[in-house]
Amino acid sequence: MALLEVEGLVAGYGAITAVKGISLHLDEGEIVTLIGSNGAGKTTTLRAISGLIRPRQGDIRFAGRSLVGLKPHEVVAVGVAHVPEGRGIFGTLTVKENLLLGAHRRRDAGILEDLERVFALFPRLRERLGQVAGTLSGGEQQMLAIGRALMAKPRVLLLDEPSMGLAPFLVDAIFQTIVEIRAAGTPILLVEQNAAAALEIADRGYVLESGTIVLSGTGAELARNDGVRRAYLGEL
Amino acid sequence: MFLASTSFWLDQVVNGLTIGSMYALIALGYTMVYGVLKMINFAHGEVFMLGSYAGFGVLVAFGGESIAGPMVVLAIAAAFVGAALASASVSVVLERVAYRPLRNAPRLAPLITAIGASIFLQFLVLDVTGAKASFYPRIFPSGSIEVGAFRITYLQLFLVGCSVAMMLFLYIVVQRTAVGRSIRAVAENRTAASLMGIDVDRAIVTTFVLGAAMAGVAGVLWGLFFLQVRGSMGFLPGIKAFTAAVLGGIGSIPGAMVGGYFLGLAETVGREALSAIPGLNFPNEWRDVIAFSLLVLVLLFRPTGIFGELVSRRA
Repeated sequence: MALLEVEGLVAGYGAITAVKGISLHLDEGEIVTLIGSNGAGKTTTLRAISGLIRPRQGDIRFAGRSLVGLKPHEVVAVGVAHVPEGRGIFGTLTVKENLLLGAHRRRDAGILEDLERVFALFPRLRERLGQVAGTLSGGEQQMLAIGRALMAKPRVLLLDEPSMGLAPFLVDAIFQTIVEIRAAGTPILLVEQNAAAALEIADRGYVLESGTIVLSGTGAELARNDGVRRAYLGEL
Repeated sequence: MFLASTSFWLDQVVNGLTIGSMYALIALGYTMVYGVLKMINFAHGEVFMLGSYAGFGVLVAFGGESIAGPMVVLAIAAAFVGAALASASVSVVLERVAYRPLRNAPRLAPLITAIGASIFLQFLVLDVTGAKASFYPRIFPSGSIEVGAFRITYLQLFLVGCSVAMMLFLYIVVQRTAVGRSIRAVAENRTAASLMGIDVDRAIVTTFVLGAAMAGVAGVLWGLFFLQVRGSMGFLPGIKAFTAAVLGGIGSIPGAMVGGYFLGLAETVGREALSAIPGLNFPNEWRDVIAFSLLVLVLLFRPTGIFGELVSRRA
């Protein structure tokens, strides 16, 4: 049984059906990427998993338990953390307050320890701790968004476009960190427009087009696929 | 008049701080709810009125005019608690019935239900009481402290002290606790807050409860000072406190406090200062004209209020 399973998911907004019956799964220890162009339904899929929108059809199961109908804060409580598109940083709060909000549902004593773990991944955040988060650079805000999600001690991490708006060397650094997070035991569902970078670190991937999965396979398989190379890797 | 004595002006300052304290306490509820919902809770004046009634009920239960000695302290403390609980309960129901169903409606819709709720509550109480005023027991020790030309009654000192203590308490809750942190997160970005595991509905209800508790306590202070409660009493203080919140910059907590005192002083010191100009005369009845003229001026020339930058940066 997979840790996270999406089965026949149909979801959208108002009259628009952005996701038209997709199935995918994520196992322990995996990085799985969801690639596709703008509007293919990648973000909608993540929003349905974390309860921000309600699926019209289909099921989403986490460790065998259906998440359909749960509110976002309840999905966080079962162990799914979601770093949303645009990062969702609280710009008027300090870096420390942002990080502590990530641990909002936790009552255990390990919060300070996990704070140290986040600083080990992102030493910059320690330097910026008392600073108002809105004054951070784009790269630092992405670090904060990921670090904050880790503060929930999630069993699954959903990342939406972590490379968005970042300089190439920062994209490399962020993706390196994603590999480290997986190595530390948290599987990741990674939505990316930067397919080249995503396929490089992913164990498996799915290609989304207009709300349906048109292709799936290992990261290496997809990176070799002619159609993928033409459409998403900018090769002719 | 122009050469009025120092003590006259100091009296005006004390009066301004007294009334300003109550405006500030009520204004906090407007500004906090606006912060999380971007909505003006126009029924907040009635929440204040119901708090004042609840406090009145507690004082009567304690014996009314016959309360004396150490029992005065206990009775007033109980009145605060009763008023805060009553105001908070009404606010929770209001939020659930009148505002939550319209959470995603256009912003005009909850504004209209707020006005509807305000009128409903006001006339409900007016009907039940036969539109008659009730009289707060006169139990607070009279007397005053005088230092040179400066004079403040015990009641005024108590009123300002309680208000400042309540505001300090609120500030600590909002800035230093996990509950306050979640309220600030919801105010800034509701979606992101829910992804942190914050129960957004609960954070919004908590905001209403905190604001209502402040208004309830203000209702008791108002009763102790003006010695009257009636169903229509919430309207003017409510709209004045709203003015104070706008003056300070709606959405800003320090703004509501500063705006409350500013308005209180404008109505007293400001009005007398204008009257001191030869040829002008603004008797006390003009205080409302001055308050609302200020509102119009602020909306015209600085719609973001005193702490405006902060609010626009937050938006």
